[in-house]
Amino acid sequence: MKRDIILSGVGGQGILSIANVIGLAAIEAGLHIKQAEVHGMSQRGGDVQSNLRISDREIASDLIPKGQCDMILSVEPMESLRYLPMLAPEGWLITNNKPFVNIPDYPEMEDVMKEIESIPNNIAIDADRLAKEMGSARSANMIVLGAASPYLGIEIKVLENAIKKLFKSKGENVINLNLKAFGMGKHIAEKKADETVSS
Amino acid sequence: MLLGDEAIAQGAIDAGISGAYAYPGTPSTEIMEYIMNSNDAKDKHIRTGWSANEKTAMEAALGMSYAGKRVLVSMKHVGLNVAADAFINSAITGANGGLVILAADDPSMHSSQNEQDSRFYGRFAMIPILEPSSQQEAYDMMIYAFDISEKFEIPVLIRIATRLAHSRAGVEQHTSREQNEIRLPSEPKQFILLPANARRRYKLLLRNQAMFEEASEKSSFNVYFDGSDKSLGIITCGIAYNYLLENFPDRDIPNPILKIDQYPIPRNLVEKIYYSCDELLILEDGYPLVEELLKGFLATGKKIKGRLDGTLPRDGELTPNIVGKALGKEFEETRPIPEIVKGRPPQLCKGCPHIYTYEALNDSLLEYTRGRVFSDIGCYTLGALEPFEAINTCVDMGASITMAKGAADAGFTPAVSVIGDSTFTHSGMTGLLDAVNDNSSITVFILDNATTAMTGGQKSSAYGKIEDICMALGVGKDHIHVIDPLPKHHDVNMEIFKKEIAYEGVSVIIPRRECIQTVARRLKMAKKIKEVHATK
Ligand SMILES: Cc1ncc(C[n+]2csc(CCOP(=O)(O)OP(=O)(O)O)c2C)c(N)n1
Ligand code: SF4
Repeated sequence: MKRDIILSGVGGQGILSIANVIGLAAIEAGLHIKQAEVHGMSQRGGDVQSNLRISDREIASDLIPKGQCDMILSVEPMESLRYLPMLAPEGWLITNNKPFVNIPDYPEMEDVMKEIESIPNNIAIDADRLAKEMGSARSANMIVLGAASPYLGIEIKVLENAIKKLFKSKGENVINLNLKAFGMGKHIAEKKADETVSS
Repeated sequence: MLLGDEAIAQGAIDAGISGAYAYPGTPSTEIMEYIMNSNDAKDKHIRTGWSANEKTAMEAALGMSYAGKRVLVSMKHVGLNVAADAFINSAITGANGGLVILAADDPSMHSSQNEQDSRFYGRFAMIPILEPSSQQEAYDMMIYAFDISEKFEIPVLIRIATRLAHSRAGVEQHTSREQNEIRLPSEPKQFILLPANARRRYKLLLRNQAMFEEASEKSSFNVYFDGSDKSLGIITCGIAYNYLLENFPDRDIPNPILKIDQYPIPRNLVEKIYYSCDELLILEDGYPLVEELLKGFLATGKKIKGRLDGTLPRDGELTPNIVGKALGKEFEETRPIPEIVKGRPPQLCKGCPHIYTYEALNDSLLEYTRGRVFSDIGCYTLGALEPFEAINTCVDMGASITMAKGAADAGFTPAVSVIGDSTFTHSGMTGLLDAVNDNSSITVFILDNATTAMTGGQKSSAYGKIEDICMALGVGKDHIHVIDPLPKHHDVNMEIFKKEIAYEGVSVIIPRRECIQTVARRLKMAKKIKEVHATK
């Protein structure tokens, strides 16, 4: 079993919280992990990505080889496309579809969605809106993670435990909101899978 | 799970250091941050904290080594340029307590001005160099580095690159050593580099080269793996080994491999692979150091493939694919980046105090021809980009003041420098003294956001001291102004900017307002503390 994942987004969007949950879960599942993080520039607003590799065999490189990435997990739609050369032909592209517009030449959303939908295995969700409706705008990333959860090769229970661990210091309420967000994302992914099968 | 940087830090703590010195710089910053936050280090009373620059850090470390204690000094690659005088001479004095210098290189320049290879500095100084290929090796090497530093009484250089520094993996801790007692060098004149002593010490250093090389030959970090396909032998340095393995999922590499993680280059091992293979491929991140040496100027020997003959790109970091291609692997065409994807460069944060300063500076220079703003390195370097396009240079820390001075001396006045508070105390002060002594016609903007923001908000050595420093260096009191960089003060600020820019002499303007990221962090901390108290 191996999953090579690229996490992407815009600086300040907190992609590392997703990396941390998957990382904790992978440890609990007894898997090997390597996670190349982004550090340095404190300013916000630039593109950021992280290479997360989990495997039941020892992992050699900190960087994912081109064209072999199993999943792009993005919290911003245009950013999810930046790493397409890394994605394996059958790889998943899972992204929040709420654009973060901080450049003058941000493309038309319609075109962005067209590109995303041209990837055979894609899930684009309006995680920002769903999170807000749920009353927890900050849980959008957990919805995106939930949408990826059926394809991570890690048991759902283990991922949920990792969320509990990560948000432990924030109290019961925050944990439950994030678990709920995670569940919502998972549900959307499963529904989409059912639809694809039946159509 | 530790970052490479954290593995180094924990390794140093476990090796029994008494102190750590550093100036922040990507990708090395997390080393000092880890030690500063480590309870383990606190319990052991390990000295931590940010130095004014890499040279002061290196010298303080040398002093701690002189006193017999183990010490780590860490910096980014270009920091070693700043520390170079102390660094090179420390090879002549030698070490007393274990002295390890860590330089973090940044091939591909993810956040640097160049991709210089610190191994050249190690060779230049003629000291042992270690280059870990994994987080675990980074930890293990710290213990070993202090061992050989004390055994050979020599500073040891550890070289890492961004990909190791900033990648996490599992690390097993296995050592916990007591610190040294204070103990002065056995040779009392060892640290007095008067020519007579220095000549003696240098000869010793030259004699010791054989010993260092023998250590490399025997080192468990330098490994020879035999292989049946002798048409090609592969030498890897540091993390390049991982990229080689990555191309063989079952790890069944047919060729002989020499994995070099310790220098000086182990001659016998290199001879072994050279004479048993038809050709060699050298995989090293950074400059082609090993490749160039093996190839030789005349390149009369066997074929050596690598960065110099185009087998690998001459610049940029290695990746699994680049290495795969060098091995003749074919890769399927991958999806392109869709054309609609636009660049998203980093930007000054919304509400950053530098934003107003640049807008006002641009306004106040409208009456002059362009090209007058000499800037420096920090968040404020983003003033080079749209929408500001406010600065014309960014070279090395401190160069804003001295380059403006040189241009002013050439008759190009007014000349303006823009420098951050941390950069000012790092390397700007001496340049300001030059300008004062020459009465050069420059206006220096010291952007005081009360922190070293670019690298994540470390404490700035300049904090609370800038006006006093400028005055003490001889800048006239009437030509030092602290302003509040907010649009509502625009009229007052413009008056000061214009007057001082027109002034023929040295003037200093200090726009003072805290970085909003550190403000946010402080407020968050305060809230946390309040919550903790509330639950008690
Ligand atoms: C010799 C050297 N050391 C360290 C660095 C890394 N570095 C880049 S900018 C910077 C500090 C910037 O702080 P400051 O001048 O206060 O500006 P700010 O980012 O806060 O605006 C550092 C440490 C470097 N580029 N060169
Ligand atoms: S981190 Fe601070 S100094 Fe840097 S851009 Fe943001 S607000 Fe400005």
